[in-house]
Amino acid sequence: MTIEPKHNISDELLMSYAAGALSQAFDIVVASHVSLSPDSRVRLDGFESIGGAVLDEMDAADLAEDSLDRALARIEGVEPEPREIRLRSDAVLPEPVQKLVGGDIDAIEWRGIGMGVKQAVLHDDDHGTARLLYIPAGGEMPRHTHRGLEMTLVLQGAYSDEDGRYGRGDIEVAGQETHHSPTAEAGEACICLIATDARLKFDGLLPRIAQPFIGI
Amino acid sequence: MTYEKKSDAHWVAMVLAIAETRDRSAFAELFRYFAPRVKAFLMKSGADESLAEECMQDVMATLWRKAKMYDPGRASVATWIFTIARNRKIDLIRKSARPEPEDLPWGPEAAPDQTEVVALQQESQRLAEALRELPEKQRILIERAYFGDMTHNEIAAEMGLPLGTVKSRIRLALDRLRHSMT
Repeated sequence: MTIEPKHNISDELLMSYAAGALSQAFDIVVASHVSLSPDSRVRLDGFESIGGAVLDEMDAADLAEDSLDRALARIEGVEPEPREIRLRSDAVLPEPVQKLVGGDIDAIEWRGIGMGVKQAVLHDDDHGTARLLYIPAGGEMPRHTHRGLEMTLVLQGAYSDEDGRYGRGDIEVAGQETHHSPTAEAGEACICLIATDARLKFDGLLPRIAQPFIGI
Repeated sequence: MTYEKKSDAHWVAMVLAIAETRDRSAFAELFRYFAPRVKAFLMKSGADESLAEECMQDVMATLWRKAKMYDPGRASVATWIFTIARNRKIDLIRKSARPEPEDLPWGPEAAPDQTEVVALQQESQRLAEALRELPEKQRILIERAYFGDMTHNEIAAEMGLPLGTVKSRIRLALDRLRHSMT
């Protein structure tokens, strides 16, 4: 039996995802969270149906004269793709992450960043970065604040911070006002998927110096 | 080229005709209604006329290729086409494909429940009516949000409205739209 996540994504962010307004790094996290959260999936269907209503209510644009002929020529001889049977997966990584990693957790190429903490960058562009972070059981992330938005999704284990406990499928969204130091629970290493749109700001002098090398 | 509005049940039958018998006249009928709306949606999202035309052609070809993936128990035809258009637009802007949630498990026996399909069709119709009846200030914001590319913060900045006003108008609109779906 699957345990349903307790911390789900906000309507505002889910609506932005449905509308296609988030950047790739955040899309990866939201798609992964929705894969693990039946509640968020139902709400996403609702937001996408508003998109359908917006499309349905559009004033029709003029098409090119040969538009329909071109479309018919394009589908000529094309066989609609078969729908494949999908079985329930017991992988640790949700499908959007598996696609980027090229497999399940065994396929992740970790890089150590000190104190047993490891990371693997999945996506990086001008708008944000998505990475997997491995925190050993009982381990602590350096205390930090944010310059932008940070989304954290737990994939394995659990962590706690000033705002509560987060287990598999739970998502935490932190903004500039959040100042936290997450600690992984004892027992099992914690693997999180994190998207940021700006570099984290660590409090201690040492992490700040190390930051350009670590790339967080 | 305008086309008479049909019920969602009609459009569902057209998509199923493509899936089951590769019905080109069903495709043409869907095209006449949805292609001009998809193109308008893409132009509102910032595409110029020729890019919108090309992208719309891709969207309609995808509708044909993916017709067997369509699940009338989960989304109306308009919603399904909206997601195809949104994803195609994003794929063109970015180099990588838009991440989508994992599909739910699906077996050969899992034909959608007819009462669910009918309930969803009625819901979609009420939702479209509710959107039409929103106060103009709220409706414009919802549409803007769905043309994509802009977060609520950016919409506020562009329209010269306080962020709180944008957020509360969207919240009020969502309350009304949700009410129409229950």
